[in-house]
Amino acid sequence: MLRIQIITIVVNILFVLYISRLIVKGKLREEYAIVWVICTVFLLVFSFWTEGLELLRRLTGVVVAANLVFTGFIFAILIYLLHLSVVASKLHNDNKKLAQEISLLKEEFNKHLEKTEK
Amino acid sequence: MPGKVLIVIPCYNEEASLPSLLPELLSTTLPNGYQLEAVIINDCSKDNTSAVAKKHNATVIDLPVNLGIGGAVQTGIRYALDNDFDMAIQLDGDGQHPPGELPKLINHHLQTGANIVIGSRFIEKKGFQSSFARRMGIKYFHWLNRLMTGLSIYDSTSGFRLFDRKAIALASANYPDEYPEPESLVVFSKAGLKISEVAVVMAARQGGQSSIRSFGSLYYCFKVSLAMFFSFIRKP
Repeated sequence: MLRIQIITIVVNILFVLYISRLIVKGKLREEYAIVWVICTVFLLVFSFWTEGLELLRRLTGVVVAANLVFTGFIFAILIYLLHLSVVASKLHNDNKKLAQEISLLKEEFNKHLEKTEK
Repeated sequence: MPGKVLIVIPCYNEEASLPSLLPELLSTTLPNGYQLEAVIINDCSKDNTSAVAKKHNATVIDLPVNLGIGGAVQTGIRYALDNDFDMAIQLDGDGQHPPGELPKLINHHLQTGANIVIGSRFIEKKGFQSSFARRMGIKYFHWLNRLMTGLSIYDSTSGFRLFDRKAIALASANYPDEYPEPESLVVFSKAGLKISEVAVVMAARQGGQSSIRSFGSLYYCFKVSLAMFFSFIRKP
């Protein structure tokens, strides 16, 4: 086995362990972890199966294999960023609704309080 | 039984203008015996807006986080829906919209049956007319609005507007957050509401700062155009 293969495999395993730890401690929700787990699976597969990259390169017609890796990952990152923007937008809307609800309830509560004090 | 009208006043740091606005507003008599209630939506102001408004006997709703003008107005609209008001009128807290002009909006609604009545500075060119650049922007939105709604609204950025029950129901569910004025018109017209304009006289702001300042104005035009376009293609 090549030295670089051993390094990527070790890094990968550490990465998976870190993700698991985050999930266990409740700091990362499973739905957001899925994409990271898939990424590590990909990396792991190609660390063991070195001819795989060469095969993909020939299939797609890319001249330099490294470019295929970069293009693939940049695209995946863009998609994930877009997904995060969607999540942020949803949180924004939910947050607005909650803030409105709280302020309206507080006003109603104060009104009742004043009535009962009288 | 006379109807009820809610005056929604979105406020962000308006302690300077409220002491003159509120007494004038609360002593305004509305046509047809309509009862007036004023609600201040304090959008997480950093000054004493909330305390000043309470001192003047207005209902105050304090938002726990800053939602921006659209979110604040929508809070007032939801209050109108929850408390069964016949109309809600947005009136900016900076003193630009004189309470004396309120009857014009209400009368126009009663006469035409429009679901949304916009108080416009430009039908009769009287009173405060805003700066040149701003009027250019307003012209642009006039054109864009006509393109998307087929309506000729001259003052589509005006925040002085009346919502009737139908409009209240719609806006409490769907109202844009940021710079909502031109965009909401697209939403309303797509929902089949009748929008109409009436001439009012506005004043220059008495305190505080506009939410749209020099650097933001290009962003404003771009963001609003984009939002209007997406509201336009969105299924109602």
